[in-house]
Amino acid sequence: MARIMEKYLRPEIEATPFCPGCGHGILMGLILRAIDGLGLDMDRILFVSGIGCAGWIPSPHFNADTLHTLHGRAVAFATGAKLVNPDLTVFVISGDGDLSSIGGNHLIHAARRNMDLKVICANNMVYGMTGGQVASTTPVEALTSTTPKGNQSPPFDLCRLVEAAGATYVARFAVTQPLPLIKSIKTAIKNQGFSFIEVLSPCPTQFGRRNRYDQPSDMIAYLMEHCVTLKKAEQTPECEREEMIVTGEFVSCLE
Amino acid sequence: MPRAEMKNLPSRGNYYLSGNEAVAEGALAAGCSFYAGYPITPSSEIMERIAQRLEEVRGVFIQMEDEIASICAVLGGSWAGAKAMTATSGPGFSLMQEAIGYGAFTETPCVVVDIQRAGPATGQATRVGSGDVMQAKWGSHGDYQLIALSPWSVQEMFEFTVQAFNLAERFRVPAILLADEATGHLRENVRIPETVKVFNRKKKKGIPPFGDGGKDLVPPMPAFGEGARLLVTGSTHDPWGFRRTDDPEIHAALVERINRKILQARETIAQTEEYFLEDADSAIVAYGFTARSALFAVKHLREEGRSVGLLRLKTIWPFPEQQIESLSSKVEKIFVPEMNRGQIAGEIQKYTDHPVISFSQTNGEIIHPYPMMEEIRRIV
Repeated sequence: MARIMEKYLRPEIEATPFCPGCGHGILMGLILRAIDGLGLDMDRILFVSGIGCAGWIPSPHFNADTLHTLHGRAVAFATGAKLVNPDLTVFVISGDGDLSSIGGNHLIHAARRNMDLKVICANNMVYGMTGGQVASTTPVEALTSTTPKGNQSPPFDLCRLVEAAGATYVARFAVTQPLPLIKSIKTAIKNQGFSFIEVLSPCPTQFGRRNRYDQPSDMIAYLMEHCVTLKKAEQTPECEREEMIVTGEFVSCLE
Repeated sequence: MPRAEMKNLPSRGNYYLSGNEAVAEGALAAGCSFYAGYPITPSSEIMERIAQRLEEVRGVFIQMEDEIASICAVLGGSWAGAKAMTATSGPGFSLMQEAIGYGAFTETPCVVVDIQRAGPATGQATRVGSGDVMQAKWGSHGDYQLIALSPWSVQEMFEFTVQAFNLAERFRVPAILLADEATGHLRENVRIPETVKVFNRKKKKGIPPFGDGGKDLVPPMPAFGEGARLLVTGSTHDPWGFRRTDDPEIHAALVERINRKILQARETIAQTEEYFLEDADSAIVAYGFTARSALFAVKHLREEGRSVGLLRLKTIWPFPEQQIESLSSKVEKIFVPEMNRGQIAGEIQKYTDHPVISFSQTNGEIIHPYPMMEEIRRIV
């Protein structure tokens, strides 16, 4: 039962390249469960990814067409492929630095066009592969390899960014919320337009160890403790919301 | 989209078009069904015409947010099965370089049109130059080969666009139509033939898409959605596309093959044209719009009784080495007028022991024949 998703992986795959405690492996499994749940044909899916740890979630693992592109450009490559073959279900699976920093312009323009792409942004709040440098998603005060005294610049709220740009499905969940996340991925697949899911995925190797999350489990515990539903956030007085990570569907045209 | 489904392709006849308009018609004639681009002077007329024409032929046009996005969409579209093109000028061509290297390494056919203007930087946006010829070869990092063609007339803007698509498809490589502003904005007659020869990329199931590719070193290329479960990456990859980023042999073999597949076909790809060279003791070597002035100069110098000929480079990359070597055995002096600081003169010098005289002009103007003739009279 535990290995049921293996049928969606290339037979050559023996292990994932992710560090112990990384959330990307969990996300990989959840994406496949959503695909399995909808009974999609892997021959009709294209997975496009950029550069960085999250770019390796689909490539080479997923047994479908996979396009591992340049740093930041996954959305632009995906736009070309989708326009040429609209029958393909096109996913873009990449990291926060790739999609929102170097690739930020492509992200907002694809959202503006409501291009039918399923963009899953694995947000670990840091540049993992290159050694833990500060990102456009790093919280203020966080220590990174390029902010030794703590990050001074506030992070993007990616969901609000793509919502403002015109995305027609926007959600945020953490890998610690597997069931709502699977449901959200399914909704993104069904939405015929620009769908964006920010997935909080812990990086104990580059983020946790510099920020007093000594064990991978500490980061998982943090996410479980701080992620709250939209409804709960709304019921909480504003002054108490600061520590909360609000999760849920922010824009959805579908039930 | 298969060519058969495309409607309203350019029909046979004589037309009065600008070079840029002819590029758009050439693209359609070659089977281009996808264009992604970003406005830039002096290339924008290509995009404007193709925006309208692709709609008529049921292709797909998109204006992207920048040149990087344009070339990336073109590469994505190519893997989805389309013949795809973008057009730009110097600043945009600079922005595209990383992705052009990706196209070379992932062996993705596409056509990039560079209507060269006077650089560097923003330079003179509406003025002519040919300062991008070395960039067309070395613009991206790493070792790779591309194909670059240099048209000198509106007719060739049409024909070379078709050829660029054919070469891109045949060799699975980005092909550059390296034109200049003067040719792009030139208006003259162009004859569109009844049919044009069109080459479509090879497809074969079960053959590795990045394998040795047989004799011509070009492996077949399936498209997304055909069930090939393609694995495409710009990292070093094995024949099936699996990343092999720490294997020295696989990296060396892949780099060798993507270079050799172009270089071993140099004789087929690299085309030149000769004028008055049979008995010449000096030669002008020119390309692009400058070759028009050069031909005018040669004709006049001939009337004066001087044995001067012209070798016109229709292909810039791969460089027509053999033609230069053969020219070198016939003539004593080689004179190279260019709208840059001697980029091709230096290349020619590699293949001849005779002195190569560079006549360079970088003022945003075309090179007129008279100063060229004066200089030749002085040295011949």
